[in-house]
Amino acid sequence: MAAINVSGLTKDYGHFHAVKGVSFEVEEGEVFGLIGPNGAGKTTTLRVLATLLEISGGSVTIFGRDLKEEAPAVRKMISYLPEDAGAYKNMTGRRYLEFISGFFTPEKDPDQLLERGLQIANLKERIDDRVETYSKGMTRRLLVARALMIEPKLAILDELTSGLDVLNAQEIRRVVRAQTRQGTTVLLSSHNMLEVELMCDRIALINDGMVVESGPPKALKEKYGASNIEEVFVEVVK
Amino acid sequence: MSGLGRIFWKEVRELLTPATLVPIIIMAVVFAMLGNAFGGLDEEMEKKAEIGLIIDDEGAIGEFARVSLNASTIIVYNGTDLDEGKATLLDGESGDALVYIPSNFTSNLLEGRPGWVQVFYHMKATGLSASLDSGKVGGALNTLSTDISYAMIVSNHTSNATLVLEPMVTSSTTFLNDKEVEGVAPYQLDAVLSQGQFIVPLIVMLVIIMAGSMVISSMGNEKENKTLETLLTLPVKRTWIVLGKLAGAAVVGLIVSMIYMVGLGYYYSSLAGTSEIDLEKYGLALGIEDYVLIGISLFLALLCGLALCMILGIFTKNYKAAQSMTLPITMLALIPMFISLFSDFASLPGPVQALVFAIPFSAPMFAISNITLGYYGLVVAGIVYCAIFATATMLLAVWLFKRDILLTGRVRSAEKKKFALRGMLGGNLWKK
Repeated sequence: MAAINVSGLTKDYGHFHAVKGVSFEVEEGEVFGLIGPNGAGKTTTLRVLATLLEISGGSVTIFGRDLKEEAPAVRKMISYLPEDAGAYKNMTGRRYLEFISGFFTPEKDPDQLLERGLQIANLKERIDDRVETYSKGMTRRLLVARALMIEPKLAILDELTSGLDVLNAQEIRRVVRAQTRQGTTVLLSSHNMLEVELMCDRIALINDGMVVESGPPKALKEKYGASNIEEVFVEVVK
Repeated sequence: MSGLGRIFWKEVRELLTPATLVPIIIMAVVFAMLGNAFGGLDEEMEKKAEIGLIIDDEGAIGEFARVSLNASTIIVYNGTDLDEGKATLLDGESGDALVYIPSNFTSNLLEGRPGWVQVFYHMKATGLSASLDSGKVGGALNTLSTDISYAMIVSNHTSNATLVLEPMVTSSTTFLNDKEVEGVAPYQLDAVLSQGQFIVPLIVMLVIIMAGSMVISSMGNEKENKTLETLLTLPVKRTWIVLGKLAGAAVVGLIVSMIYMVGLGYYYSSLAGTSEIDLEKYGLALGIEDYVLIGISLFLALLCGLALCMILGIFTKNYKAAQSMTLPITMLALIPMFISLFSDFASLPGPVQALVFAIPFSAPMFAISNITLGYYGLVVAGIVYCAIFATATMLLAVWLFKRDILLTGRVRSAEKKKFALRGMLGGNLWKK
């Protein structure tokens, strides 16, 4: 069974068509990347899959569940990390992870989730400080921990390492990769071409609300005789 | 344009938005309507009082009183039997008050004692209306007293200066519902009742504004701190998110308001301590069932306010915008509060009544005066209206929580075009 099946997905904001018939499929345990310029429809697609936005047309199933009809069931399987997400500033990092883990009881042990969240965040003694005192990198680590500690069947990660320095970004990628080895499927979007090549098993290039090309990064580079994915994209939209 | 001019125009364009102007314009219109409604009080004050008159005194001064009162009032009932007169007063057939001049009025004055006059009022309103009616009747009786003094001086009847200055003693009795409050005029009774009636509107206004601003700010914070999206993808029903936020704000709002009320309570108790009218003695103190009705009304009005604030919060963009969103709610709470300080609900003109009733916060604000005047139907109608309003607004809030608008807000068409154009051009293909 495919982890994600998106077929002819459209999303309109009034008369504006943000997504114009996107289709792709993601296998279980795969890391799949949505790549494209600003305003191409990547984040809108991810928000639809995260049950945040209503579907205007087409269909989406996640692990066999219809997104439109079974959104509450889908929310139990997914974890969404928005690009510019924040955490409650007046909570400590530990309290924030406790707060989130409480939503997954009784199916999951909150203590285990917290323990796992603390490990992923790796904020040491700063975990007991208020979030408002964290740097951008620390906050992002906390949010990645929040997203992955629940061991979701599907992690939807928008600009995973947005705003992180090289070392922090590398650490976060390592954590996500480790998560996929435990069976989590990852759908991510990124502007960082290096990140895409390093992390994704397959990618879909989106432009103007449509998927214009898809496949494994290596195969796409060979197909277009390009040295990197950015060149592939330029060739595709020419 | 100079640097100063550019900054000036930027600020004006940012601040002078429909969201800022519309509530202010609505408020100006509402206050203009209220001004017109209350402006009629001056004209009402200039009109002569309508009274019922019973003169048992067959003496000359009794007849003199009839002439004087005939000149200063409109006598709508002329009778001979006091009980029958009281009945007509309660039926509303003897005007604002029933004036009774007993048989010994002339003889008392001739023997050097003040003449005794009894006035019966039927109190059908609180606030300005109550004071207005008894004030007009009191004015007519003062004129009568002056006329008698003048006649005594002209006729050189007595050298008793005290008697000349105060030839008449007036005793007032007020009928309120089925209670007879002796020795008290409506304006005196209203002064005592209004001390209690003043505190509930203040509680309602404080709770609504405080708890309401918390709900709106909470939504503004969620959006500004980008925590809302995470919250919405958690495995929890949107209904629980809405109700959880409402309940949290309600509890905190109540706690904060209770702290305020402790201070106001002391203020009220010190005022009540100076009053010479014991409401309990006349059966006018509120009973437990009255407090239950007021409590229900207050709770439902709070729910209405919070649900309204939640809806406004859904449309807010950030914490700063949330602050201005509280303005319409504050205004809605202020309108009935101000009105309740001057008048009871039943005395308001029809259109103002409709406007005030439509504001859900009015129900508890007018609950005490309505209960005091025996208008239990109005209290229950207010509770039913608030229950329907609260349910409808909460359902609307939950429905909006399930819609895109919660995250996308209202996207203007120009912004959409710009957004679309940027995507199509792909000029800056990659952020980094």
